[in-house]
Amino acid sequence: MKPASFDYHAPTSVDDALALLKSHAEDARLLAGGQSLLPMMNFRLATPAVIVDLNRIPGLAYIEREGDVVRIGAMTRQRAIEFSPVVAADLPLLREAIKFVGHLPTRSRGTIGGSIANADAAAEIPMVLQALEGEVRVRGPQGERSIAADELFLDAMTTSLAPEEMLTEVRLPVLSRGVGFAVEEFARRHGDFAIAAVAVVIVRDGNRCKRARIATAGISSHASRLRAAEQVLEETGLSDGAIADAAKVASQHLEPLSDKNASADFRRHLASVLTERALQRAVGKKQ
Amino acid sequence: MSRLVDVRLTVNGKACEGHCEPRTLLVDFLRENLGLTGTHAGCEHGVCGACTILYNGEAARSCIMLAVQADGSEIVTVEGIARDGKMHPLQQAFHEHHGLQCGFCTPGMLIAAMDFLQTNPSPSEEEVREGLSAVLCRCTGYQNIVAAVMAAAAQMQSERD
Amino acid sequence: MTQAKDERFVGQALPRREDARLLTGRGQFVADLNLPGMLHAAFVRSQVAHARIRSVDLSRAAAAPGVVLAMNGADVLQLLPPVPDTQLSLPRKWTAQVQHTFLNPQQPLLAHDKVRHVGEAVAVIVAESRYLAEDAAEMVTVDLEPLPPVVDAEQALAHGSPVLHEQYATNLIGEFEVAKGDVDAALARAPHRLKRRFHHHRYAAIPMECRGVASVYDARSDSISIWSSCQVVHWLRREAATILNLPEARIRCVALDVGGGFGVKGHVYPEELLIPFLARRVSRPVRWIEDRHEHFMAACHSRDQIHDVEVGFDDEARLLAFRDSFIADCGAWNPIGAGIAYNTAVHIPGPYKFDNFAVRARIVTTNKVPNAPYRGAGRPEASFAMERTIDLIAMELNRDPAKVRMTNLVPSAEMPYHLGIPYRDGEPIVYDSGDYPKALQSVLDAIGGVEAFRVRQREAREQGRYLGLGIGCYVEGTGVGPFESATVRIDPTGKIYVASGACPQGQGMETIFSQIVADTWKVNPNDVIMALADTSAISIGFGTIASRSTVTLSAAIHHASKPLREKVFAIAANILECAPEDLELRNGSVGIVGVPGNEVTLASVAKASRPGWDNARPPGMPAGLEETYYYEPPTVTWSYGTHAAIVDVDVKIGRINIQKYVIAHDCGVMVNPMLVEGQIHGGTVQGLGGALLEEISYDSDGQLLTGSFMDYLLPTASDVPHLELIHLHHPSPLNPLGVKGVGEGSAIAPPVVIANAVSDALAPFKVEFNTTPVKPEQIVRAAWSAARGE
Repeated sequence: MKPASFDYHAPTSVDDALALLKSHAEDARLLAGGQSLLPMMNFRLATPAVIVDLNRIPGLAYIEREGDVVRIGAMTRQRAIEFSPVVAADLPLLREAIKFVGHLPTRSRGTIGGSIANADAAAEIPMVLQALEGEVRVRGPQGERSIAADELFLDAMTTSLAPEEMLTEVRLPVLSRGVGFAVEEFARRHGDFAIAAVAVVIVRDGNRCKRARIATAGISSHASRLRAAEQVLEETGLSDGAIADAAKVASQHLEPLSDKNASADFRRHLASVLTERALQRAVGKKQ
Repeated sequence: MSRLVDVRLTVNGKACEGHCEPRTLLVDFLRENLGLTGTHAGCEHGVCGACTILYNGEAARSCIMLAVQADGSEIVTVEGIARDGKMHPLQQAFHEHHGLQCGFCTPGMLIAAMDFLQTNPSPSEEEVREGLSAVLCRCTGYQNIVAAVMAAAAQMQSERD
Repeated sequence: MTQAKDERFVGQALPRREDARLLTGRGQFVADLNLPGMLHAAFVRSQVAHARIRSVDLSRAAAAPGVVLAMNGADVLQLLPPVPDTQLSLPRKWTAQVQHTFLNPQQPLLAHDKVRHVGEAVAVIVAESRYLAEDAAEMVTVDLEPLPPVVDAEQALAHGSPVLHEQYATNLIGEFEVAKGDVDAALARAPHRLKRRFHHHRYAAIPMECRGVASVYDARSDSISIWSSCQVVHWLRREAATILNLPEARIRCVALDVGGGFGVKGHVYPEELLIPFLARRVSRPVRWIEDRHEHFMAACHSRDQIHDVEVGFDDEARLLAFRDSFIADCGAWNPIGAGIAYNTAVHIPGPYKFDNFAVRARIVTTNKVPNAPYRGAGRPEASFAMERTIDLIAMELNRDPAKVRMTNLVPSAEMPYHLGIPYRDGEPIVYDSGDYPKALQSVLDAIGGVEAFRVRQREAREQGRYLGLGIGCYVEGTGVGPFESATVRIDPTGKIYVASGACPQGQGMETIFSQIVADTWKVNPNDVIMALADTSAISIGFGTIASRSTVTLSAAIHHASKPLREKVFAIAANILECAPEDLELRNGSVGIVGVPGNEVTLASVAKASRPGWDNARPPGMPAGLEETYYYEPPTVTWSYGTHAAIVDVDVKIGRINIQKYVIAHDCGVMVNPMLVEGQIHGGTVQGLGGALLEEISYDSDGQLLTGSFMDYLLPTASDVPHLELIHLHHPSPLNPLGVKGVGEGSAIAPPVVIANAVSDALAPFKVEFNTTPVKPEQIVRAAWSAARGE
């Protein structure tokens, strides 16, 4: 399983990378961590004529808090995120979720930007972006722009990035202390892509729910928010009953995938169960 | 065929270089261009972990890296983890605890275990199992590998103290 | 190095000799072999499950960069003799007793008329690198006329089904029946009867090292060397001799370090014969290393049986009659003939005592990868049928499944137990030794007793938690014939050299046989030289499959050593001027009993045995110090075991947590207990993989849906529990060392243990798990059905 031939470029600036993307258009693929692209190329399921290797571009890997936001360079390795004190302090949801992403050796290479741009339906990082209502910074021939999480993921493996654009940065709002959060995942084995996963963020005021964010991975064709379930909590609170209602509603407004890993019914069911378990943990009721 | 590229890197402390196509996988470069056949290719799609090496000090799967990406890097393979001719505590522990049978996954298992212990020097058994889930073994059922890694961790801790 | 006079190495947990090279990256697997001028092969494989081959156009591929040769099936057909009969033969003793019909379709080296499964090779490219060979392979144009495929064995038997081997006009290529007693009458009389269908699904050995073959032809001596990741080098040489039209003496077959076999490398594949042929044709070494994607579609699969069982039993849950009619889906070809299916048939009765048994097997071709033995080789399927049935009987009579087993196990006082049907060597099956009730009891004790568990289970249910206990008891025929070879030679240095046809794949044979030889010859294990898996070291050999090498090779070593020792004593007596009866082996020497110091080293005996002037042999004694023995075992010797698991099932998401897994096993004398435990760990985890995660899937067009590790899920370290082992020890009476095979046994029980445990956990839902694998969605759906009152 050897890849087909390609022309290889390792630009040393974002501008050079963009120029290559522009001149080669659909013939070119960007290479970030390679943990998704290289396997596809080894199977010859992907046969790009041109590879634009982003790994030699300086200044794209960083984790910095700036006010109420943590800015993470698109080429930041998942491993760096896993062990970052800034992430641990300010984005504990991301830290919890990243432990589900593959294995340590894949996190050594895999990047946050690559995972988001790849937009695998079952990937955890897009789910976190949704749950935290983050945004990405993107650069293209037209210049820079931001794309909010809920406008970024369109379909399986499809984002709203234009073909000549690339991700440069991920911006995630800081999770204040006292905010409840949890990730629940169902996969066949540790480290596998999620068959179903739910990430929740709960801002509470006593038993009132000021804000609820519930995001999924693996269930639909892309990482999604369960807004109807969020509304249940924001309107009726955080009692066991409210949580159960939200979990039930979570399963209703879905178009779950069906494949040999799980039927749509099973995913729908998992959405409900995992939502309930995540919410219970997020509000501190269960471990 | 596309232009050949030069790859210059340090492997197991030694400066090495080779010519290859951009598409040459790092595992093939190590094995064929440099003759370091200790690293094995078990799947060529980045799942089994037999090809795991240290890339700039961190475990990475060499079958899903291009050799050209390793230009300028420091690589450690299984051939380089013994210390001054003496087996690394992990190698010694694998031997004492029968942590290998056919030996095909072993190079990747050793490197992955080394990196894991770097991040978690005193792990519980459950954490070891989770850390080792990065490499597939078909022979041992993992039990003796877990025992070996726990023993090596203790040994390495005592050497540090 | 000296040893204490009576130090025994058999029984010691010696760390392995193999480790030094394998731990330091100095192992040598076939992919590591680099020969000057070596070329690389890649195969073009069918992407369609069933089709007639109109043409395979190699013109673009042959002209591609770096390509030296391209051939298709039609080319090969013109150049090579017909493929020899590659199937394991059955002895006359068997064919005379068992009613059977077999058809033996012979697979060509490259498909030429039809393709019969996705992955079947239609062309081969030889090029300067694997990368270039794969580039060229994509340029081959395969013109196929698709035919309707059949991927279900029962459909393959139905009238009007597509037929794979049209010369037979049927997909039923094997059928046999074995019986004892009168099952019809006993069933009719039985106070209780149960009928069930069980499906043991298709999964595979999946060693971490795929297959691989390298070969080089030497024109100067008209001879060829073949290195293959293989379990049967002598069989390979025999086939190669026919294909290459060379005497066996001009062919050397070697298996270097083999990265796991588990049976899938236990027969001769077309690639292993093609590569040497190509090497000779291009006059350059050729190496083919199978990649993982190929492995899934071209290396044999296993299991895949449907059993229809009818059982009769009495009020005490005693088995009265057991009828099993099963179908084995063998895929597109059948390289091992009746081997797997017959193993299944005779292992169905297991460790139980009952008089009326009938089994009928049908072996059916479908458009899938061919099947071959995989650790257990038909026994897991048998155990699944029987052990699920036992639990169902228990449920029917509201008795504990552990007690039902105890009621039916052959008591130790009745050993040896004559089963009443023949093994595949044609010999009557006799369970030679063991204590089956004790194995079960020790496992029950290890889990804290069944009663205590049932209390815990009840309490858990009241809290909405579902605990379950699953048990699996099995027996395993090991050490099967026809033979294994050993040459034992005293090297001039005094070291003991042993060559054999056995082929290791990670079991640690170099270590355990050096322990055995050390005890036999009173030397240190480091002074034993093992030469395995090399046809140049010994001219006749069988190979390593079927948990046979410890039994057969230890016996061959024993029997070769006897006359050799007599010769050694005769020569030593001649040197020491004493009687041979006064001598003993000690510390690498031969000396007079009770007189320390009065001895000669084996090295000097070896030198003295040489032909020529001034030799020190007694007059008339032939020169040389070497004996070859072919051990032909009288029949198999029976290992056995009991596995039990306690599971905690999360019915909301279908996750199964194995809280405890206990194994009691008996393989007779353990040569190296640490290595025995390693075998048991490995087999059990493979069994758990089959029980819970591993699944080969095809769609209705015969497309393989599980062609990579992303889809085919192997268990990782975090998927399997810590295993607790209990050793029982009933030496085999059938061989000199008292050993029994242990390579496969532990893979037999786990699937049924899990199915039983989950069925037990979900008993309140009145759901049965009679198929494998046991998957989360099945559990969740069972809970839904129960909640809906279905």
